[in-house]
Amino acid sequence: MVGVVIVSHSQTLAEGVVELAKLMASDAKIVAAGGLDDGTPGTSFEKIYNAVEEVYSDDGVAVLMDMGSAVMTTEMVIEAMEGRKIVMLDGPVVEGGVVVALEASLGTPLEELQEKVDEARDTKKLDN
Amino acid sequence: MIDILKAIAAKIDEEKDYLTELDNEIADGDHGVNMAKGFDAVVAKLDAMAGKDIGSILKTTGMTLVSTVGGSAGPLYGTAFMKAGAKLAGKNEMDGKDLVDAMEAAIGGIQMRGKATTGEKTMLDALCPAYDALKAGIEAGDDLKDALTKAVKAAEDGVEYTKTIKATKGRASYIGDRSIGHQDPGATSAFYMLETLLANI
Repeated sequence: MVGVVIVSHSQTLAEGVVELAKLMASDAKIVAAGGLDDGTPGTSFEKIYNAVEEVYSDDGVAVLMDMGSAVMTTEMVIEAMEGRKIVMLDGPVVEGGVVVALEASLGTPLEELQEKVDEARDTKKLDN
Repeated sequence: MIDILKAIAAKIDEEKDYLTELDNEIADGDHGVNMAKGFDAVVAKLDAMAGKDIGSILKTTGMTLVSTVGGSAGPLYGTAFMKAGAKLAGKNEMDGKDLVDAMEAAIGGIQMRGKATTGEKTMLDALCPAYDALKAGIEAGDDLKDALTKAVKAAEDGVEYTKTIKATKGRASYIGDRSIGHQDPGATSAFYMLETLLANI
C-alpha cells in the first residue's frame, strides 16, 4: 500500500487531514508532518523525513503539501532519500489527501494518484 | 567559523524585532522571530562542533535551520548553508577563493530551491550583487577583507534596491504593487550575515 504524508505549516491542520482521511479509509497508511518540531507554524525537514520513514514501503510514498516552504522542505527530504519512490502530489491538501488515502487503501499504485488528486480538485461541492 | 556563526546568531537576535517589523509590512510578519529561533538552535549545537572542519559546521548549520526556521527562510537558508558546507568540506581555513566558491554554491542552492532570480525582491537581491563584488575583488587581487567590504556594500545597496521593486516571489508577492516602497526582510537578514562575517573575519 502506498504511504501518504500530509505536510502543512500547521500541525493541527495536517493532523486534521489525517483524522478525516482515516474516517474514509481506516486502514490507510497516512501520517501528518505539520509544523515545526515544537508544534509552532512552519515546516521541518526532520518531521517530514521521519514521516516518510514511518509509512515507506516498496509501494512508495505520496506527499501532499499546503504551500510555499512545505514544497521546498519536502523537496529537500526527497533529495536526501535518493533512490526511494516518493512523489509530491500537486493539489489541495485536504480534498487531495482524503482521496489519496482512500485510493491508496484500495491498492491504487503511486503513478495513478496525481490523476485522482486532479479529479478531486475539479470536483464541485455544490450542485448547480 | 564557530565564532562567526555565534556572532551572526547574536546579530539576528538583536535585529529580530526589526526583521519581523519589515516582514509585517509586506508578508506574514515572522521572519525575525523565525530566524532568531533557528539561529538559537544552531548556537546550541556549535560548541559540540569545536575542532570540526568548516564544511561540517556549515552543513550542520543548514540542517538545523531547515528544521527550526518556520517559513521559506528555513529551506532557503538551509540549502544555502548545506551547499556552502559541501564546497568547504575538510577545510579548516577559508581564503578568498574559498569564500567565492562557497557563496556561489550557496546562491546556486537558493536559486535551485526557491526558483527565483534577482529583481524579485528576495534575499538574492542582496546576495547576488555581493557575490559579484566579492568575486571581482578577489580576482583583481584584493585581500579577503577588502573584497568582502565591497561585497557588504553591494549587499547594502541591494537591500535599498529591494525597496524600489515589487515582490514576485514568496508571501509578499500576494500583495503585488503594495510591496513597493518596503525593504525586503530576507535581503536584510542576508546583508546582516555578510556584515557580521566581515566584522569577525
